[in-house]
Amino acid sequence: MPLTQKNLLGMRGLSREGILAIFMAADENRRLLDTDHKKKDTLKGKTLLNVFYENSTRTRISFELAGKCLGATVVNMTAPSSSVQKGENLVDTAKNLDAMAADVMVIRHHSSGVPHILSRHLKAAVVNAGDGMHEHPTQALLDMYTILKEKGGFDGLRVAILGDIEHSRVARSNLLGLSTMGARVVIAAPATLLPRDIHKMGCEVTCDMKAAVREADVVMTLRIQHERQNVGLFPSVNEYAQQFGLGSELLSYAKPDALVMHPGPINRGVELMSEVADGVQSVILEQVTNGVAIRMGVLELLCGVR
Amino acid sequence: MLIKNAYILTGTEPMDILIAEGQIRAVGKNLPAGDGPVVDATGLRALPGFVDLHCHLREPGQEYKDDLAHGVASAAVGGFTDIACMPNTQPVADQKTVIAYIKKMSAICPGARVHPVAAASMGLKGEHLTEMITLKNEGAVAFSDDGSPICNAAFMRRALTYAKMTGLAVMNHCEELSLTQGSQMNEGIVSTMMGLKGYPAIAEEMMIARDLQIADYVGGWVHICHVSTAAGVELIRQAKARGVRVTCEATPHHFSLTEEACIGYNTMAKVSPPLRTETDRQAIIRGLADGTIDAIATDHAPHHPDEKSQSFDEAHKGMVGFETAFALAVTELLEPCHIDLARLIELLSHAPRKIIHLPHMAFNPGDPADFTLCDLNVRWVVKPEHFASKAKNTPFGGRELTGRVMATFVGGRQIVENARFIG
Repeated sequence: MPLTQKNLLGMRGLSREGILAIFMAADENRRLLDTDHKKKDTLKGKTLLNVFYENSTRTRISFELAGKCLGATVVNMTAPSSSVQKGENLVDTAKNLDAMAADVMVIRHHSSGVPHILSRHLKAAVVNAGDGMHEHPTQALLDMYTILKEKGGFDGLRVAILGDIEHSRVARSNLLGLSTMGARVVIAAPATLLPRDIHKMGCEVTCDMKAAVREADVVMTLRIQHERQNVGLFPSVNEYAQQFGLGSELLSYAKPDALVMHPGPINRGVELMSEVADGVQSVILEQVTNGVAIRMGVLELLCGVR
Repeated sequence: MLIKNAYILTGTEPMDILIAEGQIRAVGKNLPAGDGPVVDATGLRALPGFVDLHCHLREPGQEYKDDLAHGVASAAVGGFTDIACMPNTQPVADQKTVIAYIKKMSAICPGARVHPVAAASMGLKGEHLTEMITLKNEGAVAFSDDGSPICNAAFMRRALTYAKMTGLAVMNHCEELSLTQGSQMNEGIVSTMMGLKGYPAIAEEMMIARDLQIADYVGGWVHICHVSTAAGVELIRQAKARGVRVTCEATPHHFSLTEEACIGYNTMAKVSPPLRTETDRQAIIRGLADGTIDAIATDHAPHHPDEKSQSFDEAHKGMVGFETAFALAVTELLEPCHIDLARLIELLSHAPRKIIHLPHMAFNPGDPADFTLCDLNVRWVVKPEHFASKAKNTPFGGRELTGRVMATFVGGRQIVENARFIG
């Protein structure tokens, strides 16, 4: 099943069929990753450019591995955060990158919308690897794929997403994707970390962690960044951990077989307690492995080799 | 000069207009042409020159964005014969030399007349009053720290109190900065979906409320710049009803567009105050219709292309407005019958004229020959590349609009012909 779009900019606009096509491609690649020979040549002769305007370790390595396992030429570029400081505007940057004849450009940027703006000027296919507080579609896809593998489907599943929703692109992409696939999403955060009108995105919203987790099939926690506390969005790490962190007591409100997920990197003892992060319900490392498989699938589909 | 066969103001019969020495001499049927040139205005409507209370001309100091020569030409193409420019130039228009420079340099450029708005505070810092009386004597028509709000309530009180002696308004860009730090667009479902930091409507409304209270208390004249929210309009409506001396303006983009124009990270739609919701847009239109909002003002804000070819959060705020203002007013207000032609003339000309103390213009003998010839029915497509302004930052490029300024006369001199600047 081919993907009908040139770019993967977000979960918004990605249809149920598109998501399933990516999952099918991931299945095959996941099997490859579980063998001793993690290499094929579907992207041989293609060039993949990882353009990261914001620090990242796991996402960049995940894309790099995905490209290399598929036989593509992979180049990583970390750019200074502001091209304006170099006197070059964003559109110039795009045109220069395009002139390098890349087939796929994986872009991460600290500003929402940059992959969208760049894609309008690029011949290469663009994969959004996280833009500001907007979207991180491959993260949502790998999260959803992990849920699918563990739970067998999405219909009627209750997924609780806990943490800094306001600043989270992971939350937005998961909310959109999970809703498309028929899951019920409940968003829970301290009231100061809930963006305005989030309930209009079609989810349940609460500040009561227990209510959010109750009867959940999946509990997804998000990384809390300490800089949010520095600007006073919550009073202290201590209060956050006690009132909003996911420990075994809070998790006991979820279904007994509920999955525990986290996009990483984890602040242990803050948003996620070690006993839960390392517990039997945790699928956090499975998420990471599935991430490579999902990204391989996305790259293949965008390059039209499926 | 003789203008033949124009409908005048809201008139229904074509008339001729005789102009001499920069003034209207006579209006009537079959006036003699004499030796002067004759302009055929058949099918066109003669309206008094539009007056813009709020624009940024960028000179001195930011000529890479735009300059006085292009600014006054662009204004004339839009039908504006008089424009009030904001003081956030470099250096700031906070002393008489800068006011004199703007007056002198703009006077030699063909186009709209420029009336500088002087800074209310030195360096737009909101701390020390400018020499308001001196600045008025040099030609300043109002005081404002536009570009920045006047944040300090005690300073606003002083400015409104001192400005009373000049008879000029203090124009405030109302924005409670502690609520808008890092903001990119209106706060609501669209900003949440796009992952952009929101600028809540209350940030504007609470400063409007503050300014209305101060103006009422000291008996000063506050002019609220570019009101953009429903509650802001309502606050002004109530203040007017209880006799507060307040005037205000709204921009064409706030009565034409909503926050949804930002979708797709369209940096051309990034502006301050931001484009709001449909409810707000409708409230602005009602305010324009019922007299709560006195004038249409463009907040014309030229930027260099590089300043818009950025990520949404790095892109500069603001859009050019002179050359689309009239057509947007026709398309969004007149055509849908939200207002009638008389109200349109009031909003674009009579009311702003009063606010900056320009002489009335109603085609009576002795009135200044500052007028436009407009086609109210023509449909045309906005092509930013044809703007007379150096800057092309508009969200209206490619949009089809109704109504166009075909000719503009400033002091009896024709500046615009066939909708083109002829200088």
